Amino acid sequence: MLTSVSLTHYLIVSGILFSLGIFGVVTRRNAILVLMGIELILNSANINFIAFSRYRGMNLDGQAVAIFVIILAAAEAAVALAIVLNIYQRFNTVNVDDISKMKE
Amino acid sequence: MSHETIITFSQIILLSPLIGFVLMVFVGKKLPRQGDWLETGILFLAFVLSAAIFFTKLSLYHDETIRWSFTWANFGTVPVIGELKMVLGIAIDNLTAVMLVVVTLVSALVHLFSIEYMHGDIRYHRYFAYLGIFTFSMLFIVLADNFFSIYVGWELVGLSSYLLISHWYEKKSAGDAAKKAFVVNRVGDIGMFSGIMILWYHFHTMSFAEIFEMMKAGNIPMGSEAWLTAAGILIFCGAVGKSAQFPLHVWLPDAMEGPTPVSALIHAATMVAAGVYLVGRTYPMYTADALMVIAYIGTITAFISATIAIAQNDIKKVLAYSTVSQLGFMIVGLGVGAYTAGLFHLVTHAMFKAGLFLGSGSVIHAMHHATHHLNDHHTDPQDMRNMGGMKSKMPLTFWAFVIYTAAIAGVPLFSGFLSKDMILAGTLAYGETTGQWLIPITLFFVAGLTAFYMLRLMFMTFFGTHTDSHRFEHIHESPKAMTIPLMIFATLSLFIYFSFNPLDGGEGWLAKAIERPESVVPTSVMALPYHAFHEVMHHFHWTALGLSLFVAGLGMFISYLTYYKKSISADVVAAKLPRLHKFLLNKWNIDDIYDNGIVEGMKMFTHVLRWFDGTIIDGIVNGVGSLTKVFANFNGKFDKYVVDGLVNLLAYTVGFFGLLLRKTQTGRVQTYIAFVVFGVVVIFFIFKGM
Repeated sequence: MLTSVSLTHYLIVSGILFSLGIFGVVTRRNAILVLMGIELILNSANINFIAFSRYRGMNLDGQAVAIFVIILAAAEAAVALAIVLNIYQRFNTVNVDDISKMKE
Repeated sequence: MSHETIITFSQIILLSPLIGFVLMVFVGKKLPRQGDWLETGILFLAFVLSAAIFFTKLSLYHDETIRWSFTWANFGTVPVIGELKMVLGIAIDNLTAVMLVVVTLVSALVHLFSIEYMHGDIRYHRYFAYLGIFTFSMLFIVLADNFFSIYVGWELVGLSSYLLISHWYEKKSAGDAAKKAFVVNRVGDIGMFSGIMILWYHFHTMSFAEIFEMMKAGNIPMGSEAWLTAAGILIFCGAVGKSAQFPLHVWLPDAMEGPTPVSALIHAATMVAAGVYLVGRTYPMYTADALMVIAYIGTITAFISATIAIAQNDIKKVLAYSTVSQLGFMIVGLGVGAYTAGLFHLVTHAMFKAGLFLGSGSVIHAMHHATHHLNDHHTDPQDMRNMGGMKSKMPLTFWAFVIYTAAIAGVPLFSGFLSKDMILAGTLAYGETTGQWLIPITLFFVAGLTAFYMLRLMFMTFFGTHTDSHRFEHIHESPKAMTIPLMIFATLSLFIYFSFNPLDGGEGWLAKAIERPESVVPTSVMALPYHAFHEVMHHFHWTALGLSLFVAGLGMFISYLTYYKKSISADVVAAKLPRLHKFLLNKWNIDDIYDNGIVEGMKMFTHVLRWFDGTIIDGIVNGVGSLTKVFANFNGKFDKYVVDGLVNLLAYTVGFFGLLLRKTQTGRVQTYIAFVVFGVVVIFFIFKGM
């Protein structure tokens, strides 16, 4: 049935991955898990880049951008974890529902 | 003394009482003895200077008039009127010189008398200050050389008279009397002002000398003799008010509410004589008709007030009506053409009437102290019925009073006889030359009445027995400061100062010094010229002398029978003629007529005005007010509900949406993300559709 893997399949995977990521970001209460959701979203974007690069006859630009995204994700994770640590030290929790200071 | 010295002296005489007044008003209370010595001293100085002017003027400059004037205010050229300036000036002729001495002498002696009489008064320094401003104003009139000055002085004496009558203003009657004097005087002053304005409108100058000169050259107001007569009568109106002539005499008896020395100075000797002086000063401009009006007014006044005087019981009221009557005599004297006699009577009357008032002051003072000593506050110290027998207790006052009474009643050897006799001779001459016999007949009758009521006063006050023997023990002669002025006035009431012939005043220095000025009116309306008149008057000299002695003797005799021998009972006579007695006691009902007619009329008029004011004017004002209020209310409502409503509505709407939107701002990042995703999905579908 699966004669060949087409662009659509990649996009479906990427879409599922993105949706899971969003779901995680929106529903999780733990800040760490929210970050993990963000990683998923970034990776779905990476899949998109590479898939488009492969099926639209382009050169390796897509792969290069994906590598940049991975690097940035690492850097972002480092910064975000540092923020989470600070939040924990200040509020003694990492539950995002309890950290609603922005409202005030 | 040169002219300049005389002018300088007169300026000092004029201004020193004014300076005294200013000092007394501001610092009088702080001076030792409240400054009575200051004013009194100034007046004695003024008297000495006046005497110097008097003797110089009459000996060195007998027939010339010394003048001095300066432009007080120059308005330049004024539209319609032309050149306009106010000139003040001094003119000293023989009449002025005599009046200066009379005014300063009476004023100085009254000041001296007041020191004792007013002792312990609550407004002692102010009393002396007012006497000062009065003396200044009176001298202003006496020295004036133009209508403007005389009018200024005229109003100033009116003011000071008002202030002095109301000196004891805690008494309602005193305040009322002052107001009455002021208002009644204004009635006459309106006339005087109109008269002056007629002259000024035509001649464009206020100076007596200039106006009379132009009139003499045939230039009369509006070219009409009627206007000239009108101007004369109008100016005489001023004299009617000030000299208390009928029908404006009503204020003078009421003015006796003031302190007695004030009555002596202002309401007997000087101010009330200012009217006579005014007529004398403006004498050349009166036409024969105007003079006849003057003579008749004087006659009516003399008659009415003499008849009232015989029924009064208040010692000062009797003297007040006697003053009005004597002023009538002076006015008649001027009116009939006996100019010299009228002004002569002014001078002699000033002496004996000031004396009479001070004498009555001395009696009242003694009565007051006696009643006060007995704690008796019900007995009226001025009522002659409460007196009697004062002769033995107050010999100095009594003998002075005898001399004054002899002078006013017309007994030979006293001053009043000389002047009154001349007036009576003048009226006879007037009757002979014009046929107006009513005037001499009335005046002889009045002369008899004068002798009658003055002796009545003497008998009731000084003879008989005192009504209350207890009080009588406490009556004492007044102190020296009061009796010395009395004695001085008494000696001045003798004939010798005025004429060496005790039976003919016409031969004295005064008659020669004050000669009737030549008339300046056109010959067609001129009164009988001086020389012709004087000849007829001379002809009647002995007739007048005999008749006046007869009527005076008769009046005194009847008075003697009635009030000393009691062979005629005054009560029986009064009971037999109850209506007449009541009529005289009520002063001919003239006050009632004025009260019911003029005063009530004015009150009704003010009621009408008040109604108009309260109903119509206030109605309009209130109507406009309520209308504005209604409009403002409407405006307020509009503002509150429409304008504010719009603003509030906007704010409310914004607030409402704010509340709604607020719900979305949860502060939770995850919610925001959900919104973003939702938004992206929406946008996706929108773009997909395109």
